[in-house]
Amino acid sequence: MIHVSDLRKVYGTGVVALDGVDLDVREGEIFGVLGQSGAGKSTLLRCVNLLERPTGGTVTVDGQDLTVLGDAELREARQRIGMIHQHFALLSSRTVAANVAFPLEVAKVPRAERRTRVAELLDLVGLSDKAGAYPAQLSGGQKQRVGIARALAGRPKVLLSDEATSALDPGTTQSILALLRRLNTELGLTILLITHEMQVIKSVCDSAATMRDGKVLESGLVHDLIARPGSLLTREIFPLPEPAPPGSVTLTFAAGQAGEPVLSSLVRKFDVDVNILGGSLEELRGVSVGRLRVGLDGRETAAALDHLRGRGVLVEGP
Amino acid sequence: MTFEELLPILGQATLETGQMVFWSTLLTAVLGLPIGVLLVTTDRGGLTPMPAVKAVLGAVVNVGRSLPFIVLMVAILPFTRLITGTTIGTVAAIVPLTLGAVPFYARLVETALRGVGREVVEAAQAMGSRRVTVVTKVLLPETLPELVAGLTVTVVALISYSAMAGAIGGGGLGDLAIRYGYQRFDTGVMVVTVVLLIVLVQLIQILGDAVARRLSHR
Repeated sequence: MIHVSDLRKVYGTGVVALDGVDLDVREGEIFGVLGQSGAGKSTLLRCVNLLERPTGGTVTVDGQDLTVLGDAELREARQRIGMIHQHFALLSSRTVAANVAFPLEVAKVPRAERRTRVAELLDLVGLSDKAGAYPAQLSGGQKQRVGIARALAGRPKVLLSDEATSALDPGTTQSILALLRRLNTELGLTILLITHEMQVIKSVCDSAATMRDGKVLESGLVHDLIARPGSLLTREIFPLPEPAPPGSVTLTFAAGQAGEPVLSSLVRKFDVDVNILGGSLEELRGVSVGRLRVGLDGRETAAALDHLRGRGVLVEGP
Repeated sequence: MTFEELLPILGQATLETGQMVFWSTLLTAVLGLPIGVLLVTTDRGGLTPMPAVKAVLGAVVNVGRSLPFIVLMVAILPFTRLITGTTIGTVAAIVPLTLGAVPFYARLVETALRGVGREVVEAAQAMGSRRVTVVTKVLLPETLPELVAGLTVTVVALISYSAMAGAIGGGGLGDLAIRYGYQRFDTGVMVVTVVLLIVLVQLIQILGDAVARRLSHR
């Protein structure tokens, strides 16, 4: 649905914000780009609707190459790409309803039609009772709901989210993420979001990419990334002390084995001692995934590790 | 001078001040607003970056701002004659008053518009807005309270400037205070005009503040 190819952005000052980025967001998925501030993820997102014009490369959204469009065509294309923002970007001079109506005015939708569409949208995000309120009278979460309603006004297939939950408290973040997930399922909306919060990737993303210094270091389905040796995403989600102590083994239980007594059966079957050095367990889109660092000692250590690999556990270590 | 003698003169002077301030305020708003908008949009990173235009416009505005009003008024006398056909009187005074206030108001407009967050402007662009729409539907409505507050400050400045317009026969309350109050040592006239000016400025400020407050939803 969104295809970014060899995207480069060099600012006048010589700063390279994007250094040959490739990204593939499939229709109907939630794709999260994770990175520290300055990694280039914000530039990447703003290149997708050409708020920022890339120095090189192409951006294709829903089959249309945006980089070759003229001004008028680009404005029309943008009307079909929704965007939400970290600080909501609402107009303080307009009521909630008038904020949601803004993109419809831009698209020259007749007044009567605008009114019914705005009512639908406010109902969708659960803010029908706030239609006449001004943004200053709303909480952060409510403001972002208005932002989402506004972004969906033009019935876009794609929603871009620029750190949409970064200014919200954890509880509100979860409710906004749940709303995004619901819109994704109900409307088949494709969502590309950028964030520095691991929590966002963990709770809603189907796919993810990690960015650093203007480059995408890895990208793919979250569950595939977790099962990949040396994955940066895995390290971010399950932080363990680095570097690993000599002789230790890191085990990733990516395919649901986290719910099984893998280690105790290991000790029973093989002549090994297991010493747990660290680990954590997370729920990723409904599947329990765990990562454990252990020290193994005994005659049958090698056989024990082979057994773990045989059960689909990712073994990294000596 | 008795009160009966003073009253018609006072009325006339107030009317002249009113005329000068009303027309120059109107013209200042009409001319200062677009210049203020251009100062913002032609900036690097603005909606329509045009560094050369910005530099020239900024310089012209600064020149206008740096001239003391009384100097400006005299310096542009030929221009005033070109526009109004005369250099004397209330109508002639409107020209320097407007030219003095436009750069002032343009800077106030510029400052107000810069207060609109980059994210808000980008959001409008991301929704497919034209640049002109960003100005008319985002920048101006979002800053309306500040634009009104700025205009209030400008009106007060214009009342003050208009007192100097007496020097070219513009008339008005300031002229009355100088001619009768100062040159004729008529303290009564001086006190009355000063009180009248204070009341006028107070009323305008109160009105301007009330309107700005009504318009603000922040």
